[in-house]
Amino acid sequence: MSNAAVTTATSSRATDAGKSALARLGAAFVGRLVIIIPYLWLLFFFLIPFVIVFKISLSQTAIAMPPYTPALDFRDGISGFFAQLRQLSVDNYTWLTQDALYFNAYVTSLIIAAISTVLTLLVGYPIAYGMARAPATIRPTLLMLVILPFWTSFLIRVYAWIGILKPEGLLNQMLLATGIISQPLIILNTYTAIFIGIVYSYLPFMVLPLYSSLEKMDYSLIEAAKDLGCPPTSAFWKITFPLSLPGVIAGCLLVFIPAVGEFVIPDLLGGSQTLMIGKTLWNEFFANRDWPVSSAVAVILLLLLTVPIMLFQQAQARAQEQDK
Amino acid sequence: MNTTWSRFNITSIVLGFAFLYLPIVLLIVFSFNESKLVTVWGGFSTKWYVSLFHNQGLMDATWVTARVGVISATVATVLGTLAALTLTRYTRFKGRMLFSGMVFAPLVMPEVITGLSLLLLFVAVGLDRGFLTVTLAHITFTMCFVAVVVQSRLISFDRSLEEAAMDLGAPPVKTFFQITLPVIMPAIISGWMLAFTLSLDDLVIASFTSGPGATTLPMKIYSQVRLGVTPEINAACTILIAVVAVGVIVASLANKRREVQRQRDERAAQRG
Repeated sequence: MSNAAVTTATSSRATDAGKSALARLGAAFVGRLVIIIPYLWLLFFFLIPFVIVFKISLSQTAIAMPPYTPALDFRDGISGFFAQLRQLSVDNYTWLTQDALYFNAYVTSLIIAAISTVLTLLVGYPIAYGMARAPATIRPTLLMLVILPFWTSFLIRVYAWIGILKPEGLLNQMLLATGIISQPLIILNTYTAIFIGIVYSYLPFMVLPLYSSLEKMDYSLIEAAKDLGCPPTSAFWKITFPLSLPGVIAGCLLVFIPAVGEFVIPDLLGGSQTLMIGKTLWNEFFANRDWPVSSAVAVILLLLLTVPIMLFQQAQARAQEQDK
Repeated sequence: MNTTWSRFNITSIVLGFAFLYLPIVLLIVFSFNESKLVTVWGGFSTKWYVSLFHNQGLMDATWVTARVGVISATVATVLGTLAALTLTRYTRFKGRMLFSGMVFAPLVMPEVITGLSLLLLFVAVGLDRGFLTVTLAHITFTMCFVAVVVQSRLISFDRSLEEAAMDLGAPPVKTFFQITLPVIMPAIISGWMLAFTLSLDDLVIASFTSGPGATTLPMKIYSQVRLGVTPEINAACTILIAVVAVGVIVASLANKRREVQRQRDERAAQRG
């Protein structure tokens, strides 16, 4: 702060008490605004849309624009509103339970997301650990190298794998040339390709929280364990892993939750044979133009993810408390 | 330190980074491929870059994406910074739980849900889908990322600086602009960049909320990728990667220089 500003501020305090009271009132008002503006924005653009999704999931499909009925509004007065309310039905949900396609899509998505999360943890943990134990001088560089791919387009990174995993792609060319395989592997358009895509795309989300909890760890604990005759593996499971648990939990949730509803990866790498709920919702909306059913799909997906999302929020709040 | 451990560490880092970077490197290499086949090397050529600049649809989409990115990142940075201040400074107010929920939930919310819900909102309020709706949607989901980035900086912020300023009579608003803002500026800048790249990157939410005339670059790339891998798309992707990489590296170098300068100032202050 410049000296001049301090001087003017001090003189204003000395000379004009009424003005400073006014300033305090103004500050209180500004303080309110700090809360109110983002609050209202999120309410209007994040919370209310969910209410609308829920409402439309109870409507009927119609050939109109917007393609659903009743389009609940207050223009017909209160009685009209209640008349419309009576037309709402749970038909879309009944439909979802009757068609095995949706049930399978939900279950497959949860399983794929769970397996990919474990795989990402297995790949990410050694990287995060190696980074945390690297010399302090190169750590910022390593950290930036992990973050940098995250800055490049998700779509591009998924797209890059098509060229690698294709039957005539680079991976098969390399394996055939070295004589490891004699027939090209079919990886693209299978679940394996989806696993690779998710692990690859979400790896930074796993490594970063793991790294931040591993970096804070006191490594003299490991030394102490070693001095007391504890073998490295059991020292890892008894000391390092439990201490990194907050990072493990945060990383797993950051991977698992978005992976369940993933669209780009199953669409580009999984082909038409694989089934995931994000893709189902997309097709329901864009191909079938069935807004009420896609809303019902979204509502159930959201319900499935409520518990993991709440766990994530708790983990965030706890981390925030610890940092203080 | 035990040498076997550190060898293991180095191996895992090298393998990990190879896994992260090899696909991107291959993508860039094959954008300079003479052959139309993306996976067979036919000699060096920059012809795909030339044809890229003659692709009007792609250029239009790039322009739309850039405008959406700059506008949404800027608004999101303001809103996100306010949200971060709310989260760290106002620990007790009605509906704080709901507020922090609304800030953190979009970070992990599957994009299909966010996209669908925003689209239905825009239809419900009678807003035509297009440039404005994509921008509003991008502000909404990127402001939460900005909030988290700025919040982490605010938590480690030494509040005695603010108290000192106020003790010297600076009103709170002035204190904010002269003390707090300069200190959290690096976080605000990286928040802006994060918001910008997230907007640049987004396919799903843009597909739901965009209308005719507001096709973004990812939407364009996606529709071409579905038809098959082409070197032209590789070239477009390479340019996008280059722009982002240069931006990130320049920003982090500037950040580092500022940090060094700050340390020098602090030492000077202690001596003086």
